[in-house]
Amino acid sequence: MLFTAKTRSIAIAALLLAPGSTLLAETPEERGLAIAIEGDKRDQGYVDSTANMKMILRNRAGKESTRNVRIKSLEVTGDGDKSLSIFDEPADVKGTTSLTWSHSEKPDEQWLYLPALKRVKRISSKNKSGPFMGSEFAFEDIGSQEVDKYTYKYLRDEDFESAKTFVMERYPTDKNSGYTKQVVWIEQDRYIALKLEFYDRKGSLLKTLVSSDFQQYLDKFWRPSTLEMTNHQSGKSTTLVFSDYQFQTGLKSSDFSKNALKKQ
Amino acid sequence: MLEKYMYWLVKLRWFAILITIVTVGLLGSGGRLLSFTTDYEVFFGDSNPQLTTFQDLQEVYTKNDNALIMLSPADGAVFTTETLQAIAELTEEAWNTPYSSRVDSLSNFQYTYAEEDDLTVEDLINDPASLSDDELKKLKEIALAQPLLVNRLLSPAADVTGINITFELPTENANEVPFEIMEHIDQMLLDIKTRYPNISTAKTGVVAMNKAFPESTFKDAKTLIPAAFAIILIGFMVLTRSLWGTVGALIVMLMSIMAAMGTAGWMGIILTPPSASAPTLILTLAVADCVHFLITFFQQMRSGKEKNQAIRESVRLNFSPIFLTSLTTAIGFLSMNFSDSPPFHDLGTITAIGVVYAFVLSIFFLPALMSVLPVKVPANRKAESGLMNMLANLSIKYYRALLVVVGVLIVGLIAMVPSNELNDEFVKYFDDSLEFRQDTDLIGEKLTGMYFIDYSIDAKLASGINSPDYLQQLESFEYWLQSQPEVIHVNALSETFRRLNKNMHGDDSDFYKLPNDKELAAQYLLLYEMSLPFGLDLNNQINFDKSATRLTATLQNLPTKDVLAFEDKVQAWMSNNTPSLETAGSSPTIMFSHISKRNISSMLAGTTIALVLISLILMISLRSFKYGLLSLIPNLVPAGMAFGIWAIFNGQVGLSVSVVVAMTLGIVVDDTIHFLSKYLRARREQGLNTEDAIRYAFNTVGEALFITTVILTAGFMILAQSSFAINADMGLMTAITICLALFIDFFFLPPLLIWLDKRQSKSAEPSGTPHPVN
Repeated sequence: MLFTAKTRSIAIAALLLAPGSTLLAETPEERGLAIAIEGDKRDQGYVDSTANMKMILRNRAGKESTRNVRIKSLEVTGDGDKSLSIFDEPADVKGTTSLTWSHSEKPDEQWLYLPALKRVKRISSKNKSGPFMGSEFAFEDIGSQEVDKYTYKYLRDEDFESAKTFVMERYPTDKNSGYTKQVVWIEQDRYIALKLEFYDRKGSLLKTLVSSDFQQYLDKFWRPSTLEMTNHQSGKSTTLVFSDYQFQTGLKSSDFSKNALKKQ
Repeated sequence: MLEKYMYWLVKLRWFAILITIVTVGLLGSGGRLLSFTTDYEVFFGDSNPQLTTFQDLQEVYTKNDNALIMLSPADGAVFTTETLQAIAELTEEAWNTPYSSRVDSLSNFQYTYAEEDDLTVEDLINDPASLSDDELKKLKEIALAQPLLVNRLLSPAADVTGINITFELPTENANEVPFEIMEHIDQMLLDIKTRYPNISTAKTGVVAMNKAFPESTFKDAKTLIPAAFAIILIGFMVLTRSLWGTVGALIVMLMSIMAAMGTAGWMGIILTPPSASAPTLILTLAVADCVHFLITFFQQMRSGKEKNQAIRESVRLNFSPIFLTSLTTAIGFLSMNFSDSPPFHDLGTITAIGVVYAFVLSIFFLPALMSVLPVKVPANRKAESGLMNMLANLSIKYYRALLVVVGVLIVGLIAMVPSNELNDEFVKYFDDSLEFRQDTDLIGEKLTGMYFIDYSIDAKLASGINSPDYLQQLESFEYWLQSQPEVIHVNALSETFRRLNKNMHGDDSDFYKLPNDKELAAQYLLLYEMSLPFGLDLNNQINFDKSATRLTATLQNLPTKDVLAFEDKVQAWMSNNTPSLETAGSSPTIMFSHISKRNISSMLAGTTIALVLISLILMISLRSFKYGLLSLIPNLVPAGMAFGIWAIFNGQVGLSVSVVVAMTLGIVVDDTIHFLSKYLRARREQGLNTEDAIRYAFNTVGEALFITTVILTAGFMILAQSSFAINADMGLMTAITICLALFIDFFFLPPLLIWLDKRQSKSAEPSGTPHPVN
């Protein structure tokens, strides 16, 4: 379901070529980190990207509500990426734009431009784990996933929906994170996260994220078209549908500045 | 038929005993399947409209299942480094409570303020150990100025503070969950008290209450059931003066309870405090069957019959009365299935099953057991028969006076019935021997109320809650509620908007008012939501498409009628002032406020059907339409009088009373059956006149009726000591009714029979031609 016949055969080919390379004596922690680094490495060089994101919020009773956001990202070498989210819907927040500078070492920085007030407001760096636009995604779930934001521990190899995956745990390094632990299923041939489980402060499973409909761009970068987040405790869920991905559109660093926010 | 049955029963008595033990063992083994509910919602049927509304509301926002912990520092000051540190530590630890989804406290209250041009949203208390006296003073000022904190998590005098934990309770193993949660909280509080010995704690909330249900049941099971056994056995011993008779009765009672509770287990019934009182009821009702069998048995032996012959004679004489009384009692209890409140279905069903088992045991097992036991004839009791004769003569001699005096008493007491007021303050279901009640009262007195009403205020459009018009109306409703004397605290989103507007204007208090623009409001909210930390989002107040908000009004402890009056007042105000927001209030308080009324109307049908069935049974068994009709008086009047007495001495009736009429009907009808059947037998078989037939009835069943009444009263008076008010009220009311029933049977029914007879003989030919019977 998740993969086309072509990618499945690639997966098999990768399997046949893979043995030996990862069987060196390393601790589960080292192995987890190595997988994360490899994943990060494979996504390097995208330069910038834009996409449309549709958020479908679903409550316990299954009713839906939709939000539309445009996303722009800029790759920053040596530090976390920068991103802009421009809200188009609901109408009363149209034009509201958030700017995020992710960092590897220090906490991310975030600002929000409010068109009704014509002002840019900084968002407290401690609070990044609340719901994003009322959805089941916390800001930290959709922010740039820098390697240094977690420590890792490889668990096992496992088949996930007919794909070979590495299963590993990762632990947020930021004490203000809403999670104590995440378990991630990374497909072995493409190094993309297919499934992610989030554990809350008391160690209970809180949410599961399943990514699907991956598309390859510029013959290199895999992006999911659908992200499905289910909150097991509240019974609510959110689907993110991405469309119209563009890469290397010529965005500049100055487009991701506080001053540029007002011009969106 | 009966002769043959008795012949074989006595012959195969060892086999009968064995087969009973095996059967009871098999049935009783279902007892291991029984579990206790820990959810107050079980009191409401699936189709209860108040429950449905509340569930819908909880579906939209977060659930209300919570535990509230109150911290009281000995020095009466919350704002000291020590206490604040304790709050911060406890808040941090509270997140680890199983199934918790949110923790709200003074320390993690999201304090918002302007910092240069930015909105800062942060925990009110950071690093409490480092705070200076000035900073503490300033914090206190800030906290006391937060409408969302005062009277909710902080007392106005800042001498006590609360930590509220909200839960998402799982549906599987639901009955274990409150224990798991409260165990964690108890451990947490123990740790805090070790570290901070000057802070005392109390806890309440829905989860604490849910755990109090089985707690109250276990407490009762440990004290009431043994007490009921002890008192009834002593009473039985004194009244029958037979050791082996008492032993036999004890075994029948134990077996009836085991078999009935085991059957409940096989049926998958989950016990609630009302249904868990079934053992006490079965115990009491089983005694009555044994009394009738044993008293006749002893009378027969005393009159010189051989033991097995006496047993056979006793079964012959008692089979139909015990069958009839068991049938009517079972019908009365089964009619509780009409109740709107499911725990009473189970109570009625389990007790009815127990009554049937007790019947079978007392005419099958008990005779067999008596046959093998070395029973001696107890000493004769002339004095008491003399007493019965005296009562008979009294009732006959003064029949006119009794008719008038008792008649006036009946009418007078029944006239008092309407002055009873319905009251279901669910916290008061638990008596103050239970920690939950003590803590809840303490928290209610010092911090905040347990009773609240939620209003889901619908803007009817996605994002509609941001519109100035909606917010204005929400605010006027909020302010109006705050001005009501019943209201302790109001939590409304309008407060958040006013605060944000002020923060966004450099904390200028002139802007402590609603934003007057939809986009502005929406963008404030977006910014604020993005600034909130994990778990402290607005999902408990705003629905997912921002078309409705939840407003919560916390009320003082009010009796039900005041809650209903308050809700009426709210509805009237809304339809006059904010008609577009009109919505019904919803909460456990509202649900319990309607429960008695709903139950009374649902039980009306059940009681009527039981009454019709029981009257039909009486007419058939007495073979008389007239006496069947007449029996309505001694069957119904006692309950009416009991409610009258209740009105005089208590005046507050709750959920339990809705089932009392149906329940007592089945029990008091036994007295009527016994009395009237003996009376009619005397008239028909022996051709006695009314007066002598009354004397005959007194002499033959008077003693047994007296003894069963004493025993039943004792049993129900023990239930009246329950730590759960519903059971206690039910027990006391039933005890009163049973006593009154005997009173009516002795002092009103006989005069009525004489009076009717006199009237009849005056107006028509004497109808006294006795029918040949048997």
